[in-house]
Amino acid sequence: MNEPRSPGFVAKWKRWRKGSPELLRDLQCEALPHMHPDRRAKYGWEDRPKAPISAQDRKRLRSIYRSLAIVACSVIFLFFLATALTLPRVGDPDAPAMNEVVDRYLNDSMEETGVVNTVAGVILSYRAFDTLGEAHVLFSALAAVMILLETHAVTKRTKQERLLQRVVWGAQGDPIMQEVTRILFPAVALFGIYVIFNGHLSPGGGFSGGTVFGACLILHSIAFGDDETRRFFSERIFLIVKVSTLLVYSIVMFAFFFTGANGLPWAFPLGTVGNIFSSGHILLVNIVVGFEVACTMYGMYSMFERGHV
Amino acid sequence: MLELLRSNYIECFAMFLYAVGLFTLILDKNLVKKIIGMDIMDSAVYLLLGSMGYIRGGKAPILTEGVETYVSPLPTGLVLTGIVVSVSVSALMMALAIRLYGKYHTLDIDEIYLLARRGEGENV
Repeated sequence: MNEPRSPGFVAKWKRWRKGSPELLRDLQCEALPHMHPDRRAKYGWEDRPKAPISAQDRKRLRSIYRSLAIVACSVIFLFFLATALTLPRVGDPDAPAMNEVVDRYLNDSMEETGVVNTVAGVILSYRAFDTLGEAHVLFSALAAVMILLETHAVTKRTKQERLLQRVVWGAQGDPIMQEVTRILFPAVALFGIYVIFNGHLSPGGGFSGGTVFGACLILHSIAFGDDETRRFFSERIFLIVKVSTLLVYSIVMFAFFFTGANGLPWAFPLGTVGNIFSSGHILLVNIVVGFEVACTMYGMYSMFERGHV
Repeated sequence: MLELLRSNYIECFAMFLYAVGLFTLILDKNLVKKIIGMDIMDSAVYLLLGSMGYIRGGKAPILTEGVETYVSPLPTGLVLTGIVVSVSVSALMMALAIRLYGKYHTLDIDEIYLLARRGEGENV
């Protein structure tokens, strides 16, 4: 039986036996072709290591993959284009998509759900199950992002340290940004709250208003630093708001579904159409969804920016 | 054919946008660009859904006096759901890409795959 030719082989082999498992592949590559099958079994070196793929082969495989992918994508695109040409014309009022469902939503939603903005009625009353799942998807996505990116807990600072941080950040931060934020922050926050609370009467609703409100929190955090934002929106408040809004939403929807999905007139009367306090549970659901979305937006920003809320 | 292309140009453009996203998703090696391709595909689907609900001369479905035709509110609600889900998926994919970059110090998917297989002890 031939001995392996490499001069350092025996030393490497001794080191492997003393406990360096990373040397196993090297030893196998060098020794296996020369070894008797019985001795292979003795050391547990049964399988023959595969020869490494050369760079040239890798390039060739890559080009085959690319050409196949281009062909497949082009076929899919042409197929879709052909389908688009057979669809009914855009803007056709007699298209099959404009069926009795749309008529029901447009004609009866004001009486049945008390909304002026039909989209709010559709997503929070007729298709409420969909939207409940959507809120849970958002919650789980934020939870997953927090699991993946959370680096360390916020360190507790004393009052002096916070003051010092504020002075240092105030010197470092952009003064133009800070002045503009001082003017913009109340306006943006007010607009976000308006869009949330007026979601059943005008364009908007919980999701868009919540995004606006979250954006104003992000703006504050960019301009003044996270310590300054944490003074009124700490991690504790963040967690409480995020969980309790989803809980309220789920409880209201639970009652809604189990009483037949016809609104909750005994708890949330429909009221006069056009008033702020109307349209039953939709207003409450818009509010909780809005604050949940705001928390999610701010949470995602702070996770990606610094790894903690 | 040309007449149909002219009347359905929004849907044709949505298909084109979908193809752009699909090409980016499949052919680009960079993970972040793959995620961007996925987002472009999402936007194409929203454009298609939005164009399905459009009625010529229709106003936004906020019930007001003196307006006769409204566009369909149903695709709008579906697109809203889709946007939220796509935001969640993009955030999750971005977080995973950040973790992969932290481990392998590259965003090239082929290199990550090679390094991962080497890490498992394979001789590639």
